[in-house]
Amino acid sequence: MKVQDEFIRRLASQGKRADGRKFDETRKIEIIERPIEKAEGSALVKIGRTQVIAGVKLDVGEPFPDRPDEGVLMTGSEFSPISYAEFEPGPPGKESIELARVVDRGIREAGALDMKKLCIKKGEKVWMVFVDINILDNYGNLLDAASIAATAALSNAVFPALDKEGRVDALAPKTKKKLPLVFKPIACTSYKVGDMLLLDPTIDEENASTARLTVTSRDDGNLCAMQKGGIDGLTTDDVMSAVETSIKKGKEIRKLIK
Amino acid sequence: MGELLKKERDFTIPGDKLVESMEYLPGRNCFRDGDGIYAKKLGLVHISGRVLSVIALNGIYMPQRDDMIIGEVTDIQSNGWVVDIGAPYQAYLPLSGVRGYLDPAKNDMSKVYDVGDMIYGKIKMVSSTQSVHISMFDRMCRKFSGGRILNVNPAKVPRIIGKSGSMIDMIKRKTGCRIIVGQNGIVWLEGETHETENFVIDVIETIQKKSHIEGLTNEIEKMLDKRGVKNEKE
Amino acid sequence: MKRNDGRKPEDLRELEIEAGVLENATGSARVRMGKTIAVAGVYGPREMFPRRLQKNSQATIQLRYTMAPFSTDERVRPGRSRRSQEISMVAGNALEAAVFTEDFPKATIDIFVDIIQADAGTRTAAINAASVALADAGVPMKDLVCSVAVGKIDGTYVVDLAGKEEDASACDLPIAYMPSMDKLTLLQMDGNITKEDIKKLLELARKACLKINKAQREALKKRWLS
Repeated sequence: MKVQDEFIRRLASQGKRADGRKFDETRKIEIIERPIEKAEGSALVKIGRTQVIAGVKLDVGEPFPDRPDEGVLMTGSEFSPISYAEFEPGPPGKESIELARVVDRGIREAGALDMKKLCIKKGEKVWMVFVDINILDNYGNLLDAASIAATAALSNAVFPALDKEGRVDALAPKTKKKLPLVFKPIACTSYKVGDMLLLDPTIDEENASTARLTVTSRDDGNLCAMQKGGIDGLTTDDVMSAVETSIKKGKEIRKLIK
Repeated sequence: MGELLKKERDFTIPGDKLVESMEYLPGRNCFRDGDGIYAKKLGLVHISGRVLSVIALNGIYMPQRDDMIIGEVTDIQSNGWVVDIGAPYQAYLPLSGVRGYLDPAKNDMSKVYDVGDMIYGKIKMVSSTQSVHISMFDRMCRKFSGGRILNVNPAKVPRIIGKSGSMIDMIKRKTGCRIIVGQNGIVWLEGETHETENFVIDVIETIQKKSHIEGLTNEIEKMLDKRGVKNEKE
Repeated sequence: MKRNDGRKPEDLRELEIEAGVLENATGSARVRMGKTIAVAGVYGPREMFPRRLQKNSQATIQLRYTMAPFSTDERVRPGRSRRSQEISMVAGNALEAAVFTEDFPKATIDIFVDIIQADAGTRTAAINAASVALADAGVPMKDLVCSVAVGKIDGTYVVDLAGKEEDASACDLPIAYMPSMDKLTLLQMDGNITKEDIKKLLELARKACLKINKAQREALKKRWLS
């Protein structure tokens, strides 16, 4: 919507945002831990009016031939049409696939999970970790919300019980043993609106933005995944600024996760 | 006459029986089944003589002739513009609905209204087959440049406007903000500063939330005056 | 007879209904029946695409029921299954019966239900949530639709089957019901029971639906009047 986009860009050029936040200020982030008791781990993340839920399920399976002694991580996402008028039912669209892949890379490349500890018997049996992300209400900044939800769900996840044959006993109570989580990767996306970079856009700000850069950081401040989106170009200064913001915000957000 | 099962302003849910009697007539958002009159929508009961109706609390905008609406141009066709008015049906603004003579072969129609433009128009016709036509002849009609857009619940528009414009006029007067409320729940506003606009948005949201309360005008007046005083101090 | 979770035969599971839980949807609701959690969102009436599917004299009701992959003991593969398509259809029909579709020719009313946790009775939770979401959206209806499943365990008729009860029951009989109109809008059954059983079970289910109806009404009142 042109009128609204122009309004948001005009305001940004004056250093302001419609809701009065600073450029690097996020809306209120709320994490509800383990809302889904049937999942091995789960978290509902609310950022302002955006709501994203992530669930972790575990199963026993075969390792990939090139990594016989490592567990398997799979991340999927569903942009449920319940969450936004423009999301249509059907197989995952490219935005949904991108989101899942960016979250996946953040977890994988950070070495968030000690994959070797997810090996049960080398070359034969390993733990498979499924992270599934469901978007419930899209009011902007789905990528960051999804990343926080996924990391929170992994960090409260526990192993399920196994039966005598070494298969998951889905009906038995879960163990108390937590997953081997080494790092808590957090994605933080900077959105370019006019010439400015801002964090945690509302849906209107997101629609008015012309580019974005997602930077995922680890607890130690190292970076483990980046993804540029949108058509507009970014300067090196933009990139460095997004990186710095991500490291800083990552620290704050990590504290919210148990 | 049968005994009324609900009073004026009682809350209703679809299926609520209002009366069991042929003496009454079902009005807006009500239906008859046998001798009974029932609520069709979530809302508040309104009794006017023998007519029972329900004032809806939520709902999508349904276009009606002579409504003034705000819409977004989504397509330019050979004979006019397609306009999204937030209804279940797209609206059409034909060339015959704009002032002056336009030859689509010679004139660039996007110079008049481009895709993405927000316009304030009048519903000229709703056909029996759900074709909705807009015209821009009314003197209030215009294309917006600047300002900002707010979406409100279309069912709350009468409350935001108030009796013969009393509520919206008060907000305009006390904030100096220019505000146009489309019957379809799309609002355009432009104030001195965006803080003023934010305040107006807060006020409108308060009206939406408390629309079922009696004496709302007084409460809103207090809200407006409080801010006025604060501004003078600053 | 006492049930696994300590309920009496005619007791519902713990029931929690909240209306208006989503911002984007025109109307929405979250229903929890025991451990089963359904979130419903209604969009519309809105324009129906593709146009060739428009109905000239009424709105189309489209319901999509999905289970989140993490909603169950064993992970559900994402995407449509035959089961979810059938439930989408019968639940959609159960609700369409209550909607004044003739008020919105050509349009569609889209109902999306995400089951975020499943512990039996997901279609009934889906219908209960969707019905509140429709009313919340201001969609004109004849009545609220309420839904519950009933069964027979060890010779006793029981209401609102939970978890393993579904397997222990001689039958699983979900209904959807419009209380003001006194009409059933969904009825399915699988199992092995007598004519007499059906009569008794329907009576029990209707009574349980009245309790659900009360909770649905309270949720809507809370959302709009406080």
